[in-house]
Amino acid sequence: MTEKAHSDARVRVVASQRVSRRRVLKGAAGLAGAAIGSGMIKGFPTIWAQNIKDVTLTHVGMSYSTIIDIARQATKDLGFKVEMAVTDHPGFANRVTTQPDSVDIADGELWQALLVVPRSSYQAIDVKKVKLWDKMTPIYTKGVFDGKPVSRVGISPIKVQYLSSPDAKGFAKEPTEWATFVPGFYNADTLGMRPDLIKRPIQHWGELFNPEFKGKTAIQDIPAIGIMDAAMAAEANGAIKYADKGNMTRAEIDKTIALLIDLKKQNHWRALWSTFDESVNLMAAGEVVIQSMWSPAVTAVRSRGIPCYYVPLSEGYRGWGNGLALMRHLKGLKLDAAYEYINWYQSGWVGGFIAKQGYYVGVPETAKKFLTEDEWGYWYEGKPAKNPITDPYGKEMEKPGAVRDGGSYEERFGKIACWNTLMDEARYMNAKWNEFRTA
Amino acid sequence: MKLAIPAKVVPYLEVAPLAVVLLLFFVIPMAMVVVASFFDYNMTGLVPTLTLSNYIDLFTSPTTLELYAQTLKFALLVWLITLVLGFTVAYFLAFHVRNPLVAIGLLLLCTVPFWTSNIIRMISWIPLLGKYGVFNRALLALGLVDKPVEWLLFSDFAVVVAYVHLFTLFMIVPIFNSMARIDRSLIEAAIDGGVGRLGVLTEVVIPLSKTGIALGSIFVITLVMGDFFVVKIMSGGRSASVVMGVFEDVNLLFYPPAAASAVVLLAIVTLIVSFILRVVDVRKELTG
Repeated sequence: MTEKAHSDARVRVVASQRVSRRRVLKGAAGLAGAAIGSGMIKGFPTIWAQNIKDVTLTHVGMSYSTIIDIARQATKDLGFKVEMAVTDHPGFANRVTTQPDSVDIADGELWQALLVVPRSSYQAIDVKKVKLWDKMTPIYTKGVFDGKPVSRVGISPIKVQYLSSPDAKGFAKEPTEWATFVPGFYNADTLGMRPDLIKRPIQHWGELFNPEFKGKTAIQDIPAIGIMDAAMAAEANGAIKYADKGNMTRAEIDKTIALLIDLKKQNHWRALWSTFDESVNLMAAGEVVIQSMWSPAVTAVRSRGIPCYYVPLSEGYRGWGNGLALMRHLKGLKLDAAYEYINWYQSGWVGGFIAKQGYYVGVPETAKKFLTEDEWGYWYEGKPAKNPITDPYGKEMEKPGAVRDGGSYEERFGKIACWNTLMDEARYMNAKWNEFRTA
Repeated sequence: MKLAIPAKVVPYLEVAPLAVVLLLFFVIPMAMVVVASFFDYNMTGLVPTLTLSNYIDLFTSPTTLELYAQTLKFALLVWLITLVLGFTVAYFLAFHVRNPLVAIGLLLLCTVPFWTSNIIRMISWIPLLGKYGVFNRALLALGLVDKPVEWLLFSDFAVVVAYVHLFTLFMIVPIFNSMARIDRSLIEAAIDGGVGRLGVLTEVVIPLSKTGIALGSIFVITLVMGDFFVVKIMSGGRSASVVMGVFEDVNLLFYPPAAASAVVLLAIVTLIVSFILRVVDVRKELTG
């Protein structure tokens, strides 16, 4: 057996047949022993300490990424316990910074790293201990994609990926040995619409402000994200020109909010939504026909049998992403387990699972092993589905022949125009956003 | 053996447990909030130098005034509506239901909705009030409107409906309690004295229910002033409240300005409550 085939076989044994570590130890001791002995093992588990089963890792993040199935699978594969704890955007930064001991793996959005890193809540990740670091998507590790630089408008991954030293309170501009996090979920977002209620093509972000949709549109009420949707629309309409819309000046914030307030006074906004479910319900109930939306929300509307389309717009996508960071208090065996977990996270099972919700992972090629050829073609390559496409739980979402909105991974990420952001003027921005709410 | 505790010390010992709890869980945290409100801050954390800038920012921002105007408007509207509803329901229970056992039973019935969570009770309004919700479908079917009425949901109206639903009970219970203690012979005397039904209400019932009205008002007003969740959900994010301003600051770990807003809000609510207590001497009414 070649080294690669051996380790692949090992991953498959553990991951797909769901053999617990204990059974591996008992039943496949010979194989495992030989593998360790020859130093060939790349699969999991790799920690063989007697007391590893006493370790529990708490993975804290937002609802979309703290999926219980991931914790269950990790617990099965790794021989120690992984637990998920859900928080919301504000809860995340507050919990990680004020109760750091209650968190082991911190799964936050890119822009949240700007709040957490200066407060020394994370410990730097030694990239040499991350097995697939070289295979990690260059969107995160190099700031390039498909050979082209990725947009740096807003908080793009490369701006917060590296630390200059293990104790740095700020970010390195160039790749170093010390990572803030390993990539978590990421995606390219755009507007969602009801093609049955808008019977013409939508091509520009500016349609969000189109008077035609007065009272039938919504924008998201999370300032870090909503402002970027607004800026994309304002820029597309030619209403405002930004020097850097990811880091606006006070004057630019004023202009953008004035525009939003003006639209609000004309009853343009049916609602400002702040949770995933609200956006699904607004769209599904027909309260709105076009709005800011997240990709799985579009899928959720569609799986209710209601047509909903995630429109590829000519100005490009608003990118966002998460990173899995290690908390500073981790040490010894627990730290080893944490490295083991983030390595496992990139090894394919997670990638395959979340691909079926429309999200991407750090090392897409590992996800391929956990998807059928047809699924890989649909989710990553933009090919028409040959068989019905199901969600991770086996529920049918798309009929044969369906093509993913926006096409392939390359097409979608080649067109990132900006990222979710936390501006230098964040406090001013939030105060102005409140003005928009009360107007 | 019997411990001899000097009589003078006994009352102090009696209040000690409560005093300790209040000190630990109210006075100390509150003091920390007040101190934090004078700290400086930046993106990376607190800067422990004393400054007034958080208060200056707060008082010079036009958003502050708008948030207070919005919140006070909700507080006033909800107070008026719950007062009328609460008073009417309590009056019915206290004076029209002859059997006190039945009255208590009916009062308990009023609490049934409280067996479910606040959030569920609030969210249940959404499918009723929506553009294609129950009310709009009914209105359309009856031919009263030709297209769905949009102001039912995601509007100030929806916020007030939810508040009234959530908080009316806090008005009913104290008012009912006051009314139940009114000596019935006073009403007979009033009628003998020649006043009409309205006279009984204005001369006897209302003055003697003042305590309940005051307590109910304090509950309702402080609950509305301290809320942000109902406003956020029922207005569909189109309205905001003072606490939402605090919440936005806490989101970004900007604790000092959040603390300053909290201190100002606390001062204003305290003013309102002390005004109510000035108009009605609750203590005198309760003990007297």
